[in-house]
Amino acid sequence: MVAETVMAARATPRKAAVSPVDCVVLAANELQTLIAVLLRQQYEVVGPTIRDGAIVYSSIESAHNLPQGWTDEQSPASYRLKARPDDAYFGYAVGPQSWKRYLHPAEVRLWSAERTVSSFRILNNDSLNSASTCNRPLAFLGVKACELAAIRIQDRVLMEDRYEDPIYQARRSGTFLVAVQCTQSASTCFCASMSTGPGVSDGADIVLTELNGRCGHRFLARARSDHGAKLLYELRTTPATQSDVDEAEALVQSAAEAQTRSINMTGLRDLLYQNFEHPRWEVVTARCLTCVNCTMVCPTCFCTTVEDVSDVSGVHAERWRKWDSCFTQTFSYIHGGSIRTSSKARYRQWLTHKLAAWQDQFGSPGCVGCGRCITWCPAGIDITEEAAALREGENHGNT
Amino acid sequence: MVPQAYVIRNVAKETPDTFTLKLTPESGSDGSTFQPGQFSMLWVFGVGELPISISGDPSEKGQLVYTVRSVGQATNALVTHAVGDGVGVRGPFGTGWPIEAARGRDVIIVAGGIGLAPLRPVIYEVLNHRRDYGRLVVLYGARSPRDLLYRKEMTAWSRQRETQVLVTVDYGGMSWHGHVGVVTTLFKYARLKPTRSVAMVCGPEIMMRFVTRELESHGLSRNDIYLSMERNMKCAVGFCGHCQYGPHFICKEGPVFPYERLKPLLDKYEL
Amino acid sequence: METLERIISEHPFFADLDRAFTALMVGCASNVRFKKGDYIFREGDPADTFYLIREGQVSVEVFAPQHEPIIVATLEEGEILGWSWLLAPYQWKHQARARDNVRAIALDGKCLRNKCDQNHDLGYEILKRFARIIEQRLESTRLQLIDVYAAR
Repeated sequence: MVAETVMAARATPRKAAVSPVDCVVLAANELQTLIAVLLRQQYEVVGPTIRDGAIVYSSIESAHNLPQGWTDEQSPASYRLKARPDDAYFGYAVGPQSWKRYLHPAEVRLWSAERTVSSFRILNNDSLNSASTCNRPLAFLGVKACELAAIRIQDRVLMEDRYEDPIYQARRSGTFLVAVQCTQSASTCFCASMSTGPGVSDGADIVLTELNGRCGHRFLARARSDHGAKLLYELRTTPATQSDVDEAEALVQSAAEAQTRSINMTGLRDLLYQNFEHPRWEVVTARCLTCVNCTMVCPTCFCTTVEDVSDVSGVHAERWRKWDSCFTQTFSYIHGGSIRTSSKARYRQWLTHKLAAWQDQFGSPGCVGCGRCITWCPAGIDITEEAAALREGENHGNT
Repeated sequence: MVPQAYVIRNVAKETPDTFTLKLTPESGSDGSTFQPGQFSMLWVFGVGELPISISGDPSEKGQLVYTVRSVGQATNALVTHAVGDGVGVRGPFGTGWPIEAARGRDVIIVAGGIGLAPLRPVIYEVLNHRRDYGRLVVLYGARSPRDLLYRKEMTAWSRQRETQVLVTVDYGGMSWHGHVGVVTTLFKYARLKPTRSVAMVCGPEIMMRFVTRELESHGLSRNDIYLSMERNMKCAVGFCGHCQYGPHFICKEGPVFPYERLKPLLDKYEL
Repeated sequence: METLERIISEHPFFADLDRAFTALMVGCASNVRFKKGDYIFREGDPADTFYLIREGQVSVEVFAPQHEPIIVATLEEGEILGWSWLLAPYQWKHQARARDNVRAIALDGKCLRNKCDQNHDLGYEILKRFARIIEQRLESTRLQLIDVYAAR
């Protein structure tokens, strides 16, 4: 299964031109109606909100919950919220969490069983019943382009390979996605070079672009599914003009051009395979704490572990699935010891998997350029810097 | 995926720390069919789940046989089960040995220690369909004479036509009259036709590395040598990420791989 | 003697050896037999002979007090037994025993050592061949030593 995907570094995302005929405009305060309609349709609406000094995803009931007038300033090992001079709802990049919390939950029970005289009986197969799914279908409001790409990547991993994860499948199907194109970038963003943003391509039900120019604070909205179109009919909208579309395009373009970080993906897969003993691994390892932050905040990391628990009487047992990380010491343990004992081996595994092996496994790199791993690494390790440093020097295959 | 309830019908002690368990489904017959080389996830109530290769005869339906070595808490719990106890089974999983590719050709089995267990189904397959295959050569190495598996069966195998079974140990006592030395020392006694052979190797990774070197030096191509790899496994269905070896998920694309695909990975330390 | 010459010259160990050298080797060779259980040599004995096994199995053993001897290698037809005759102090480091009836060609190591001292080209050819054997035995021994089958 060798993927020949070669991701060239790009400054602007590739997209077909959008026609005003396909779009409508809604006033900024119509966002409240959008949320209300979704709630009336029995969705649990999940959107950005401010908590503990960060913009996180949580259940919201109104547009007042959104981080209106706030932005984020991000750099390696640093995240701060800052007040904006305007009242934009989505004027930030990405927070520490991603939507994977909802689709691929951090902790979920797989099944429970009870002991019988000589054997056991499965009581609940939670992957098949609604206990592990949500009570209501989910609507995500404010999905950035990189996040949409990450959801598509997890779809590929968890639903479109040899086996299908029923828990992810149950949560994913019926989830309504309202994407928002970025009109600015954080310094840690590099989605443009990964061809995943800031413009949104496929996968959402509605795509919004927040405009706040001469014509007032409003959203350009484009339905990308029947369901999305039906929802837009329920809102007060006006037809879009070419100048609306141009304003949106210009904002997205400026977000792309503002990005200072990038990864040159050309030939990177083979390069990483051929540089197993590159001296750079030692350099980055001296800083890496194997704290697993990067894998927790990464929107595509999917590794999990299972835990078998039983109660004190030993009659009742449950199997739980939890997020895991290849950075832990026991991740690669087989009888006798772990395979990847050094932190160098673990960092190398993560980066090589994310940028190289993922291509062979799933047909695209695993990285969407959201920059979270850079911001939330306590040591400030920058994946773009590491990828560039590994290109230097001769091939260091196996010394 | 939930474990299915199976019942232990037989427990046979092979060596001081290794036991062979025969399991049948608690209710109904589900077929329990498997390809040689595949594995199951065996669940011990409240303790945990283990990937164990199936080591029985694929032509005997309705039962699953596993040879388990006690190396830790979960394996110890498994081998201390008694007849009539229940065990959860998920599977079978994984890609098996190249039975099809070996048709009409000589089959070389090289096993080390417990590695003979995942290869035994191939031996059964070849002996059950003798005319479909050429010569069968089994080279087996273990630590010492008391660590040898399936001794009675091996004697029976060696009596089959066009079949050669050679055994060696790393060290032996006075009552051992067979070979002493690493398993590669058996090659000089084996009657091989390398270009018309398919080799299947299973054992500790170190052993597989020196055996593949030996096989190549005898003229076998890397596409005719197959290894069974092992890594940490939690889900067995390609989602937990633990079993990755380079870009390969051992639970899906393996555990059996052609050596050609593994060659660039095997000598990488801490991969 | 003619049979010995053929056996020696056709043996892979002596392949590509100059005819003159082969004739020299033959001059130091003789047929020997061991009965099952016989010691071929014991640890500490002077090492002046090496053997080309023609039939039977020989075990190389380490003996320890309070313990039966441990077999660390077995050698069979076609293999070479013994290299301690080549290097000072010319003393066997292990014991070798015939595990069944063994026929072998014994080569007079002392005689061969003298010939190698006089003819360095012959000495080089012999050393190359024994270095190969020692390398193989060392590699095998290391792999046995690390106990690959142990449950760690």
